[in-house]
Amino acid sequence: MSFRNLRICFAASLIALCATYAVNLQAQQAPAQTNATIPPQAVLQPAELVQMLDSSAKPLVLQTGSHVLFAEAHIPGAEYAGPAGTPAGIDALRARVNGLNKDSLIVIYCGCCPWTRCPNIRPAYEQLRSLGFTNVKALYLAQNFGTDWVDKGYPVAKGR
Amino acid sequence: MRRVGWLLILSLLPLLFSAPTGQLPLAAQTATHGAVVGHSAANFSRPDLSHRKIELSSYRGKVVLLNFWATWCEPCLTEMPTFVEWQKQYGSGNFQVIGISMDDAAPEVIATVSRLKLNYPVLMGDEYLGAAYGGVLGLPVTFLIDRDGKIQARYQGASLARINSDIQNLLQSH
Repeated sequence: MSFRNLRICFAASLIALCATYAVNLQAQQAPAQTNATIPPQAVLQPAELVQMLDSSAKPLVLQTGSHVLFAEAHIPGAEYAGPAGTPAGIDALRARVNGLNKDSLIVIYCGCCPWTRCPNIRPAYEQLRSLGFTNVKALYLAQNFGTDWVDKGYPVAKGR
Repeated sequence: MRRVGWLLILSLLPLLFSAPTGQLPLAAQTATHGAVVGHSAANFSRPDLSHRKIELSSYRGKVVLLNFWATWCEPCLTEMPTFVEWQKQYGSGNFQVIGISMDDAAPEVIATVSRLKLNYPVLMGDEYLGAAYGGVLGLPVTFLIDRDGKIQARYQGASLARINSDIQNLLQSH
């Protein structure tokens, strides 16, 4: 093989590697964005929350999504705090946590849409953090509240 | 030069196998909660955004695509232009799309319907309507109802190609 051919092969391999990297990067972009705004240590799995709800030290659980979906089914004891993807929802969230100790355990959840495309969970998390709350957990609902909570047989309450 | 060509092809092979990771096939993501498939679709009678009474039972004899959505639901907004196309394409062949907004208030819905130029009726839903359809606890959710008013499929995360195929099958089944 001539030196020229070798150079062509090297260039082609380099292009292929870059393209492969770009494809994978694109595929992983959504979860990466999620982790960028909600750190892994702040993400709570549904089974963990069920354990917390069974304990004596229950957290404040706030649903920060749709009121209609909340009325249809929500986590027992959870409060509706407004859709955090809107200014009105952020105001409602701020009002609800006003006066709480900054180290209070607050669990937020939405579950309106798949986790990576939820318009509410990240704004809610960021708002609480910016207000100085240090113990905020975001409930991880991969697909939605129905699939990842109700279908799992976890406790549910209804009504507004 | 032929060897170079083979090497070039071999070096590009990784591209073929570098499918997005961590994703199930769309059809496999179809949710299973709300076992309403195979049952009669719950009837409802409500005004749409134009104050026209929409009664599901009046669509007997047509294949109905019932789509639950919301203005804040990005995946919903992505698929709705396709429903507009289906309404144009199949509307004359006994097919009807009906949208149910699960938003909390109508003004934003009216603006979105106008922006997306929806050519099918949209009405406001609530928790009662969601419950009547086995629980609408995540959006979008779409039901395909046959000419006899029976729910033939429930889609959540299914591909539009699959829904389209099912619509065509139902339209041809009578």
